[in-house]
Amino acid sequence: MSETQVIDAHGEVIDDDKRDFIFIATGAAAAAGAALLAWPLVAQMGKAADTLAAGSVEIDLSKVAEGQQLKILWRGAPVFVRHRTAKEIAEAEGVDISDCPDPQTDDERLRPTPEGKLDPRFLVMIGVCTHFGCIPVGESGDFDGWYCPCHGSHYDTSGRIRKGPAPKNMAIPDYVYISDTVIKVG
Amino acid sequence: MSGHPSTYEPKYGATKWLDQRLPIVRMGADFMTFPSPRNLNYWYTFGGILALCLVSQIITGIILAMHYVPHIDFAFDSVQRIRRDVPFGWLLQPMHAVGASMFFFAVYVHMFRGLYYGSYKAPREVLWIIGCLIYLVMMATGFLGYTLPWGQMSFWGATVITGFFGAVPVVGESLQQWLLGGYAVDNATLNRFFALHYLLPFVIAALVAVHVWALHHVGQNNPIGITPKTQKDTLSFHPYYTVKDAFAVVVFLLIFAFFLFYQPDALGHADNYIQADALKTPPHIVPEWYFLPFYAILRAVPDKLAGILLMIGAIAVLFVLPWLDTSKVRSMRFRPVARGFFWIFLFFCFILGWCGAETPDNMVPFMSVGDKGLNFTWLSRIATIYYFAYFVVILPILGLVENPKDRPESITKAILGDTSHSAAAPAE
Ligand code: HEM
Ligand code: FES
Repeated sequence: MSETQVIDAHGEVIDDDKRDFIFIATGAAAAAGAALLAWPLVAQMGKAADTLAAGSVEIDLSKVAEGQQLKILWRGAPVFVRHRTAKEIAEAEGVDISDCPDPQTDDERLRPTPEGKLDPRFLVMIGVCTHFGCIPVGESGDFDGWYCPCHGSHYDTSGRIRKGPAPKNMAIPDYVYISDTVIKVG
Repeated sequence: MSGHPSTYEPKYGATKWLDQRLPIVRMGADFMTFPSPRNLNYWYTFGGILALCLVSQIITGIILAMHYVPHIDFAFDSVQRIRRDVPFGWLLQPMHAVGASMFFFAVYVHMFRGLYYGSYKAPREVLWIIGCLIYLVMMATGFLGYTLPWGQMSFWGATVITGFFGAVPVVGESLQQWLLGGYAVDNATLNRFFALHYLLPFVIAALVAVHVWALHHVGQNNPIGITPKTQKDTLSFHPYYTVKDAFAVVVFLLIFAFFLFYQPDALGHADNYIQADALKTPPHIVPEWYFLPFYAILRAVPDKLAGILLMIGAIAVLFVLPWLDTSKVRSMRFRPVARGFFWIFLFFCFILGWCGAETPDNMVPFMSVGDKGLNFTWLSRIATIYYFAYFVVILPILGLVENPKDRPESITKAILGDTSHSAAAPAE
């Protein structure tokens, strides 16, 4: 570093390189320690083990009559199970999805039965508006599906967003048919 | 904490001893004799009123926390129990709930006062920014507090507001669930909201200390915006302004008392007396009245992220205001054109508040016939445009082109007229 040697009060030569090294090493160790400490402080706010293990629910579809909707609380949010009428199915399938903000066919929003077929009668989705999370009201809105009263989002009979501020279709939860009439959500 | 030469003289042995070790009495004495402009009007009493509000919220809040149970199964009932069974709970709970509204009312007066008299201009930029920070933390505190009674509005308000974080690109959903501690607003959320609601008022108290420090460093602005030049332009804080503040506090407390004793629920929402139900959204969600203008801005745009950005922008713009307003003249008293725009700005803030309380698709009375004419969405769009235009177009341009009126030379001359020619100037 410096050409002329600097001598301290005890007659020792001051080695600037050594000092810089110690300075940087100490700083780095302190920064790493702070980061390691910050990790649990931040992570504790995430989902706890019991929340994650909130489990799954089985739903018997045969109990839902045509034109009826079941609302089940799953992971703190409602799951809609709607037994759609023939008219609603026709409406859902007849949409030109290129006009939709979040294009998805009705079939893409269903899950196969044990025989590998789709049963368009039953629409299963998370009944939470994708805008700010209110619960839309069924059989209303401009598209005969759901209407969110909070800021006016209209969903069709397939739960797709068609009009209003919500950006996405209502989400489809992870679920499987465990028999012809029973599904398991989660 | 004060920028004026200290006049405190410890008189006794004990105070002399203490003064050499910790000049705390000196600090208090200097605070009381702080030279304040002699022309401060009642709009300048709201700082003191705000300090009182903060103390009141902290005291009543700690008392409520002794009886409140932060659990989704008990929170709602515990607040009802405070109101019905806890001795004087009927008084203390509304003191806190109504107190929050009074606090926001006072802070709005305080802020519009600053806008009108140009209190954000040099050398008070930092003072102003700390004020904006206090307002931000107050908003967080008010929001967190409102979830605690666990009514329908508490729950759905919390759902909508935490939903804002879900709009952040890519990490939004994880961020939101991290804040909630679950997939939706639930017990984990209520618990942490309570912890944070307890914490933030003390953060505010610390910020207030820095705010007052900055104030005493640069000195107070005043209704004519002219910097005091001589001692004649100022008065000692005590007794002149302690008494003026005290009178204003009494009037403020009378209004507070009216709501407290006769209309304790007028400023709240009836739906919050229905316990939170995760399966049922109330037909019409509204925030507390003091957030309505921002809620209207949020809903003015049909896009989720844009709405949030605009709402954040509405507050962020306040932080940079000192550099947006190009006029060197502080007080609007000498800016007739700007003054007109200011009153229109205030008017549109009220309009935004009104829009925030209404259903967006409803038609505006007197401005529509049947379903033809102006609806609330469009009214909020017009008001939002003006809100932003005031800060980013009108104030920057006006400062360059307007013709301000002549300003008096000093505060004393503005009040007493020019006394330099009269042989016998009245003694002070
Ligand atoms: C900046 C100051 C504060 C503001 C603006 C504020 C605001 C609020 C609001 C709006 C509510 C809802 C009241 C209702 O609608 O019933 C509330 C509730 C509550 N606050 Fe505060 N608060 C503040 C300070 C504090 C402090 C320091 C504590 C101390 C722990 C506290 C404890 C509580 C408790 C326990 C509740 C729930 C009981 C109830 O709803 O009345 N608050 N607060
Ligand atoms: S939450 Fe549904 S429209 Fe805003």
